[in-house]
Amino acid sequence: MADDLFNSFMNGPDEKGRFGNYGGRFVSETLMPLILELQAEYEKAKDDADFWAEMEDLWTHYVGRPSPLYFAERLTEHLGGARIYLKRDELNHTGAHKINNVLGQIILARRMGKSRIIAETGAGQHGVATATVCAKFGLQCIVYMGAHDVERQAPNVFRMKLLGAEVVPVTSGRGTLKDAMNDALRDWVTNVRDTFYCIGTVAGPHPYPAMVRDFQSIIGKEAKEQILKAEGRLPDTIIAAIGGGSNAMGLFYPFLDDKDVGIIGVEAGGKGVNEKMEHCASLTGGRPGVLHGNRTYLLQDDDGQILEGYSISAGLDYPGIGPEHSWLHDIGRAEYVAITDAEALEAFKLLCSTEGIIPALEPSHAMAHVMKIAPELPKDHIIVANLCGRGDKDIFTVAKALGTDMSGLT
Amino acid sequence: MTRIDAKFAQLRAEEKKAFVAYIMAGDPDFDSSMEVLRGLPAAGVDVIELGIPFTDPMADGPTIQLAGQRALEAGQTLQKTLDMAAAFREADDTTPIVLMGYYNPIYNRGVDKFLEDASAAGIDGLIIVDLPPEEDDELCIPAQKAGLNFIRLATPTTDDKRLPKVLTNTSGFLYYVSITGITGAAEAQAGDVRPEVARIKAHTDLPVIVGFGIKTPGAAEEIASVADGVVVGSAIVDLIGKGKSPAEVLDFVRGLAEGAHRA
Repeated sequence: MADDLFNSFMNGPDEKGRFGNYGGRFVSETLMPLILELQAEYEKAKDDADFWAEMEDLWTHYVGRPSPLYFAERLTEHLGGARIYLKRDELNHTGAHKINNVLGQIILARRMGKSRIIAETGAGQHGVATATVCAKFGLQCIVYMGAHDVERQAPNVFRMKLLGAEVVPVTSGRGTLKDAMNDALRDWVTNVRDTFYCIGTVAGPHPYPAMVRDFQSIIGKEAKEQILKAEGRLPDTIIAAIGGGSNAMGLFYPFLDDKDVGIIGVEAGGKGVNEKMEHCASLTGGRPGVLHGNRTYLLQDDDGQILEGYSISAGLDYPGIGPEHSWLHDIGRAEYVAITDAEALEAFKLLCSTEGIIPALEPSHAMAHVMKIAPELPKDHIIVANLCGRGDKDIFTVAKALGTDMSGLT
Repeated sequence: MTRIDAKFAQLRAEEKKAFVAYIMAGDPDFDSSMEVLRGLPAAGVDVIELGIPFTDPMADGPTIQLAGQRALEAGQTLQKTLDMAAAFREADDTTPIVLMGYYNPIYNRGVDKFLEDASAAGIDGLIIVDLPPEEDDELCIPAQKAGLNFIRLATPTTDDKRLPKVLTNTSGFLYYVSITGITGAAEAQAGDVRPEVARIKAHTDLPVIVGFGIKTPGAAEEIASVADGVVVGSAIVDLIGKGKSPAEVLDFVRGLAEGAHRA
């Protein structure tokens, strides 16, 4: 990191939507005018006090923000090292951080006069959040979800349907999150006039990565104020799990220029980051390429064909990552590590037993890395980990992984 | 002057509309695909679009998606697609070949190396769906410098304000996408297409070729009559997907070409 080159890490993206060499607008001509219109509308909204007043009001009264920053006392004692704080975004309405961003995009869609909302979803949390906000505003909602994910996230599929959304199981490709995103883009290209594409993560063509980051940054802004109040200083380390990377970008962004704060992103290591590619660790095991409108690190073969990732967590099961993470990785401002399914499951159980919190499998990856590093760190070292979702949706997956027959429990 | 420019000059002199056929390279396997490719000029095809298989064809409908999957499963790679073009060139040095696909396989190979190899293989032009004018520095400008045409898509959402931007750095011909949507979806309507072609022609002297949603010889004739030519892709690829032999596929192509040439 050359200090003379970067006055700030918070200035990106440039006018072409680039973070360094990453990001951009790699979309078909049909979508290009829509993306330019969205960018113009977002630029306007970003500087409009009324827009943010509406966001603040809904964040407070509908989502339940600010989410607490909680000192995990028993977990800290158990690990015997660093002081561990959890940013409790799993307490948000709908059970995850996803709604922070959805509210922003739907308010924008309403300002743009769009009546039909489409979204892609992996674990279903973004789909549920989108269905929720659409119900609240009386908008039509169509959610594309990989057929494989529909199967493993049945509770969320039912939730979306209860909320009035149409859930379209995607069977093209291999029927996972990346294919759901392809089909959402196909829908958008077909229904350009009335449709708003509500992307769930910090990926896609510019302005999505920056816009979603801005909406999710409420996480980091709150965490910063809260830790200053609790400890009188900034944390030494902040940690979050990464699929596309929206909860992580939301936590990281307000801390990027605080150079004493270490930043760690945790990717899904699946069955292990190896040549068999049974993982979703784009930064640890991939290389730069172009997919879904942006240049970023991708899991791909020698011919540039995109590979299917694997993770026990449907929310991390994506072969790419937000372009800003790729840039932070290359310039060394953030460190990225991988955690396996088995390690995540251990962390899931530990948080249940020490803190009475059932985390989603996604933040269980972040918690697993906390478990790895906290014991070796001094007792005055402060870690803030983002607990971006609750685990209710995952109990069936976890039961299966632990070999528990739920029908035999009564 | 590329083979594309020469071909359109010839068609203009003969007052003929262009018939452009798309096939996916390596679908359903290398040898059958090669046989179809070799037979296209004799079936009346003026310009060949050769699809580069990609796992995530975001702008394509199920027909082309499945064709890409079949090709990849049969072991097709970008190298093999270039090999097909080179093999075709041994017997035909005039029919233009345009590679059509997505950017990642090219980016993965390295733009400079790709352009060198594509030129050597006898490729004349590129249509890369996910490279709008905003990303011209990536491949469009290097390709033009390497002597390849970079053919752009214009769509119903490309308004008059944006059209000049789309036309800048475009060469060979302009591909007008007749519908908002994916390949193989709705049917193109001559009534909708005619004013759009006129609108585009007010901005450029390039030939305007219309594609998406043209499935029959009748439709090829009708749409070609309001433009400089037509592209048919999904309808041909669909037959390959149904297991038709190269000879049967080429018979169908001949019918489409005759339709377009009647216009």
